[in-house]
Amino acid sequence: MEFFGQANIKWMEKAKYFFALSGFLLLVGFTAMFRNGGLTYGIDFKGGTLVTVRFAQPPNVDSIRHDLEAQGLGQSTIQSIRDVTNPNSNEIVIGLEEKGQGEGALDAGKTTIIKALSQSFPSGEPGKQDFNSESITTKGIADYLVSKDPLSLGLAAGGRYTQIAQQIVAYRTSKGIITDIGDLGNSGAPPQVVAALRAGFYPGPFAIGGAEIVGPKVGAELRRQAVLVTLYALAGMLVYIAIRFEWIYGVAAVVAVFHDVLITLGLFSLFHQYFEISLTVIAALLTLVGYSMNDTIVIFDRVRENNRLMRREPLAEIVNRSINQTLSRTILTSGLTFLTVAVLFVMGGPALRSFSFALVIGIVVGTYSSFGIAAPLVVGWNNFRGGRGSKVAVSSGSAAGIKPGTAKRVPA
Amino acid sequence: MNPNLRWKAIFIAVVVVLCIYGLIGLPDFPTSWATVKSNFGSRIRLGLDLQGGTHLIIQVQVNEAVRQEADQVVLGLARLLRDKNIPSDQPLRVSDTQVKVSNLSQDRVSDFRTIQSENFPAWDISPAPGEPNGYLLTMRQSLVASIIQTTMDKAVETIRRRVDQLGLTEPFVAPYGQGENEIIVEMPGEGDPVRARGVIQTGGQLELRLVQDPVPYPNEAAALQAHSGILPPGTELLPGKGSPSPSGTPTGESWYVVDRTPIVTGRDLRSADPRRSTNRPPYWEVDFHLSTEAAARFGPWTEQNMNRPMATVLDHRVELVATINGRIEDSGMIEGQFSQEEANDLALVLGSGALPASIKYLAESTVGPSLGADSIRHGIQASITSLLVVLIFMVVYYRSSGVNAVVALLLNLVILLAALAYFGAVLTLPGIAGVILTIGMGVDSNVLIFERIREELRGGKAPVSAVDLGFKRAFLTIIDTHVTTVVSAFFLFLFGTGPVKGFAISLTIGLIANLFTSVYVSRLIFDWHLGRAPRQAELSI
Repeated sequence: MEFFGQANIKWMEKAKYFFALSGFLLLVGFTAMFRNGGLTYGIDFKGGTLVTVRFAQPPNVDSIRHDLEAQGLGQSTIQSIRDVTNPNSNEIVIGLEEKGQGEGALDAGKTTIIKALSQSFPSGEPGKQDFNSESITTKGIADYLVSKDPLSLGLAAGGRYTQIAQQIVAYRTSKGIITDIGDLGNSGAPPQVVAALRAGFYPGPFAIGGAEIVGPKVGAELRRQAVLVTLYALAGMLVYIAIRFEWIYGVAAVVAVFHDVLITLGLFSLFHQYFEISLTVIAALLTLVGYSMNDTIVIFDRVRENNRLMRREPLAEIVNRSINQTLSRTILTSGLTFLTVAVLFVMGGPALRSFSFALVIGIVVGTYSSFGIAAPLVVGWNNFRGGRGSKVAVSSGSAAGIKPGTAKRVPA
Repeated sequence: MNPNLRWKAIFIAVVVVLCIYGLIGLPDFPTSWATVKSNFGSRIRLGLDLQGGTHLIIQVQVNEAVRQEADQVVLGLARLLRDKNIPSDQPLRVSDTQVKVSNLSQDRVSDFRTIQSENFPAWDISPAPGEPNGYLLTMRQSLVASIIQTTMDKAVETIRRRVDQLGLTEPFVAPYGQGENEIIVEMPGEGDPVRARGVIQTGGQLELRLVQDPVPYPNEAAALQAHSGILPPGTELLPGKGSPSPSGTPTGESWYVVDRTPIVTGRDLRSADPRRSTNRPPYWEVDFHLSTEAAARFGPWTEQNMNRPMATVLDHRVELVATINGRIEDSGMIEGQFSQEEANDLALVLGSGALPASIKYLAESTVGPSLGADSIRHGIQASITSLLVVLIFMVVYYRSSGVNAVVALLLNLVILLAALAYFGAVLTLPGIAGVILTIGMGVDSNVLIFERIREELRGGKAPVSAVDLGFKRAFLTIIDTHVTTVVSAFFLFLFGTGPVKGFAISLTIGLIANLFTSVYVSRLIFDWHLGRAPRQAELSI
């Protein structure tokens, strides 16, 4: 099967449209960034608190927001985890930005959120404790059981009750939330124990599934490091390509990749309500850097090979031909990779949403920048330096093992 | 079969068998499906983001240790100046790394310098600004750095011992970041992060000290008043838990006047164990045993101080005051109203030694195991779906040759996972990103080769030479793309932290595996296929 015949597109003559398109996308991105006052970072970069709450019943997000505001948490964000893949999720994520309360009060935000939620969902049964509360730990349950001693074990009770408490807590953890104290029997706890627990506890309407608390110092440090490490990696690639090809190829490839990252970040800004830049997004950006670089090098490699075979042709012509020759490969690879990340975007669940969004954008932009940005930059520099028609000599050591006689088979 | 091909095939088979064995053959030889599953689960370790658990980033306040060193110098210097009769003001610590001596007698400056060079060689002397007879001793950077290093090492070691004893599966404690004196603690699946944090946080400085005043005071002011504003020399005031009043309820805070120097410190402990209290059930207590050297000191001391109260001081708080009833040689106990878990925790904190400096929590993240399970389920479903789509497409588009790609890609995954297992790497979400890029580049390598072979075929080459040329040429491109990416992964590994490192590791391994599968293995399948077919048969590509 074959989809693509021999293309004969004059890519380099269309470079001005590509540059215009990139300029437009960059402008849109920068405008969005400017309007939002910068990039929208996730908690891990910004510093703050992120608490995942699991409810027994589908929660009313509006009323929760109202109650958080009443606690002075007006700036908090609430995100429902419910989506196509998770239609029955009763989970929400409450985010609270660091407001300079300092390192000492690292978990102050979390405490306030829990307090606000407790007021929204008042305790059902006075005199009893909320079994889904974080403060009910193995130790708390064990101590409670020791004091009640439902199995009448007397003095030797401690070890046995600690063991039962561990089972019960493990069961609670696996469930996320306990909706009926009677369910605790499923953990292997004896019925007398369950009965004793029922007398002292009630199943609270919500449970804390996870919490992420990042102090402002760590956030700033992570941000600085992410930028630095990306720059180092880009510099490393620039040097390698400069050695294998020529320095302008390295520069063009890195500029194109940088352009991809900027456009992706710009689109993150544009859709900042939905996606934020977290550590996993950094991993996605690095992935797209690798991917776009790969794409660019495939074209450059072909240019280098054709350059040896067609010494008389102008570089623009050689580049056009190289892009055309690799076009079917470009479309196939990009298409398949795009498909992969698109599936990830749709099916990957909330944890991967921002991550796969970066990749979806990145693969489209990364593919396009190889022929739309990187290649024209090399040709443009070449024209600027040597006037029309001159060619860049290619460093030796490339295209080894290819006999000159193979030249005639390169389709025109 | 051509002997050359046979050896290659044997080599590939050995690699495959080793990888599969590495993935599912350890630690128990697989005899049933259940062992295969449990082996695989134990070989591929999931990161906290996938498995659930708590991670903490802790900053060690290393300047405290530096300051302690400076304090030692102040004490030592004061003693030496006194011994040598050098007139001067009391030495004073003016910053964490500087000690000032004012009004030093002019004609004794050379003696002062001798003291410094003999006793504090890692300190530099300079005139104190604005004081004609004042001198500053400044700690050299090399000493500061070595104190920081020692403190960090000891803190990591202490925290690791404590976390290890919490009884979790594979906790991880290591220095973190660059030069920020941070430590990362990862506790997979810990159900009770509050407890873990408590255990880590406790300073764990145990001291036994003599109590000077028989009765505790309700507050600081009362204690000072009893001594008319000045405490007896060599004593200090420490807060403690209220002693139970006759009615049994604690009376809140109490203050004790105790000796400044302890007779026994945490360093003298040989072991500490929780034990059920015999006289106060259901509470627990902690027994401790002293080293021989400390016991030799403690025995005579207890005899001397018979019938006097002794305080058990933990982290500068009096935990317990007991009267010395007899000569105690090498063991003692800490009695309190401890639950079993509290007694356990205290024993493990005492057994692991004190933290060299206090710590501060910079970040904490808890992923509930069910949250982690959700993201991994979604991730795996999505990955398998997309992998299937890609594989089906390759077979449809490249026909028989597509099978090569399928074999190459699957083998790539197996090798990648096996390598992760061999290196004990942890698979995290960013690590999965690395795997995705690997698969993407694996698909690309195959497409590059196949498209090139098709090109050569269109140019009129016979299948054998088309395959040969296709591989040769595509290989140059593949090497360039792979090396470039490995170069960038190298920098990410070198300078990145945590997640970025994980990405770099799985990417590098994956790319090397990909070179092997899509070039070496796929080529072998082509050659074997071509060797069996008649010379001019068409290539299914």
